[in-house]
Amino acid sequence: MWSEIRVQPAPFDPAGEEARLRAQAPDAGALVTFQGMVRGGDGPVALSSLTLEHYPGVTEGEIAAIAAEAARRWPLLGAVVVHRVGRLLPGEPIVLVQVAARHRAAAFAAAEFLMDYLKTRAPFWKHEAFADGSARWVAAHDADALRAARWERP
Amino acid sequence: MIRILYFGRLREDLAMREETLDWQEGDSEALIARLRSRGPEWAEALAPGRVFRVVVDRVMVRGAQPVPDGAEVGILPPVTGG
Repeated sequence: MWSEIRVQPAPFDPAGEEARLRAQAPDAGALVTFQGMVRGGDGPVALSSLTLEHYPGVTEGEIAAIAAEAARRWPLLGAVVVHRVGRLLPGEPIVLVQVAARHRAAAFAAAEFLMDYLKTRAPFWKHEAFADGSARWVAAHDADALRAARWERP
Repeated sequence: MIRILYFGRLREDLAMREETLDWQEGDSEALIARLRSRGPEWAEALAPGRVFRVVVDRVMVRGAQPVPDGAEVGILPPVTGG
């Protein structure tokens, strides 16, 4: 499976990534794109910014391992994962996952698998700053762990 | 000697980004136990459930693993990417 994995502060270009993926996977009959954005805050106080930290030199390899695991489970032709780091504002795109396969079932499932494992395995940490001046590290969510656990094999 | 890197909230809880530590041989669980024994704030910050993974020489592995002299060890709190 062809794959492109990057961790970068800069914004990404979903259309450009998609064009390259299609060129690398000309037999694809399905291409799923998932894009995650920074939410404006789940509580009463508005989020002013989100800062993402990661473990350079480790993160990319862990994402590659997750993508390889997806390729073992589904017949994929290509995958793109671009994850941003650094300071991001509400509404900004934060993560891009694209999966190409011959049929849609594999592309949908693998895209969801990639996101669930990205959230629960890749070494990223989010730090939130709020409009009232407060700040905090985001806690890991049980719901994310449960979603990822659905993919665990006995 | 080993080099230890702290990430995310651990860096703030421990007020430390990285350190070098005199270390002979042992596994990652022995290392965490030694760090916890530094005092209550270390024991609390590194309590079970607060450490997601210990990365030795940039390889993510689950469970206890050998920590050789000269290693780079990353101590990771639960991850929150995506």
